[in-house]
Amino acid sequence: MKLDTSGFETTMPMIGFGSNNDMLDGFCSVPSFDLPRTTDFDGFQKEAVQMVKPAKGTTTLAFIFKEGVMVAADSRASMGGYISSQSVKKIIEINPYMLGTMAGGAADCQFWHRNLGIKCRLHELANKRRISVSGASKLLANMLYSYRGMGLSVGTMIAGWDETGPGLYYVDNEGGRLKGDRFSVGSGSPYAYGVLDSGYKFDMSVEEALELARRSIYHATFRDGASGGVASVYHVGPNGWKKLSGDDVGELHYHYYPVAPATAEHVMEEAAE
Amino acid sequence: MARYDRAITVFSPDGHLFQVEYALEAVRKGNAAVGVRGTDAVVLAVEKKSTPKLQDSRSARKIVSLDNHIALACAGLKADARVLINKARIECQSHRLTLEDPVTVEYITRYIAGLQQKYTQSGGVRPFGLSTLIVGFDPYTRIPSLYQTDPSGTFSAWKANATGRNSNSIREFLEKNYKETSGQETVKLAIRALLEVVESGGKNIEVAVMTREEGGLRQLEEAEIDAIVAEIEAEKAAAEAAKKGPSKET
Repeated sequence: MKLDTSGFETTMPMIGFGSNNDMLDGFCSVPSFDLPRTTDFDGFQKEAVQMVKPAKGTTTLAFIFKEGVMVAADSRASMGGYISSQSVKKIIEINPYMLGTMAGGAADCQFWHRNLGIKCRLHELANKRRISVSGASKLLANMLYSYRGMGLSVGTMIAGWDETGPGLYYVDNEGGRLKGDRFSVGSGSPYAYGVLDSGYKFDMSVEEALELARRSIYHATFRDGASGGVASVYHVGPNGWKKLSGDDVGELHYHYYPVAPATAEHVMEEAAE
Repeated sequence: MARYDRAITVFSPDGHLFQVEYALEAVRKGNAAVGVRGTDAVVLAVEKKSTPKLQDSRSARKIVSLDNHIALACAGLKADARVLINKARIECQSHRLTLEDPVTVEYITRYIAGLQQKYTQSGGVRPFGLSTLIVGFDPYTRIPSLYQTDPSGTFSAWKANATGRNSNSIREFLEKNYKETSGQETVKLAIRALLEVVESGGKNIEVAVMTREEGGLRQLEEAEIDAIVAEIEAEKAAAEAAKKGPSKET
């Protein structure tokens, strides 16, 4: 099982009699590709990257607690200042016991999560046991690493429950992969972190964790223009994931901050009596 | 590099792959190897042909480890074995890197068997001339396993098996005498099976054990093996005496 460098190959790999890679000793030679015609490699690279640099307008978060993993996200998609959708599914169901979150390019996230789901299923079939969360996140990170610098925009968290218990990994388009207990990804993440970090305890019940996750997303959508729509919350337990709630953040606002009658209305009421 | 397009291993009119069968012949001429799976230990024992006086015996080890928790013994062409073992070792590490988990015994067996099969269906190459016995404990579940692969690329799991010279007689012995054993009993069973076809003595047998608690492969010293062989002979003598004793009285 080698690193997936198929992104570099310019022609279809030859499958058939005596493909050279197997006859050679384990280590293949580095695949070659055309270099850009420029004298300033560093500057050229920077310009290209800046052009496609992902601006991950969203808020997603996930945290591990006593009862498993809580995963939450908003549902707004924006194109610059235009809100293109208020009902995007940002929590992707990779398989019945693993979830992925979407931040960055919607198409990239959706495609690569589907692709990861395929790989996880193939692993299950070949090895007669489920893939671990660390294994799945590693597969995704390696896939993304092989497309490094080509403009993919993916900032995702892989959450699941495997033999070793609850697992949570952050994976991004640079090929970075971090193991952790609490993550929030997207333009609304600073606001979400504020609420999440101050309210987090490992020993929470599922209801408390649900409320914390929901509140964190709500506060992020309140202050961040690129986040909004519906706050969805999922819980991953030993028997797989379950969607717990999906509340419109507008309604959540009035739930947390109910409107007090204005003084002008008081005056009107008194005058009417 | 020019690719070969002419396959050497081709079907015969009655459906045989002669190259594979000839490879099995090579295995039959190789040294005897026995593998036994116990409840908490797995044992490999291999026949050691007399080492020349000047040879450093440590460089000619017949039982090797593929990873901390997997060991392999084989019968057949030793040079082919080296190539296969190196590829398997790389695959064990590659799996650790991409999946962050050690391989299971079944996975690495499937990989080795897959390699052996590939060389029966590729241009310009011949099959590997060896059968392997692979033992180990799966990570996390710690279940012991023993697998065998052969030149055709098939593999299966066994409670106890033998390959190489006189493997049929050893297998017959094992079928008659196998029972679930643990610890030292498993070692004794493996050595008893091998002694059916090999001259007894520590210098003619190489034995290695892997236990669930210890992990890692432990090669037994010659003195240890001699001690166990002596025990076995004593047990055999006692059994003989017990048989003869009563019959004399009647």
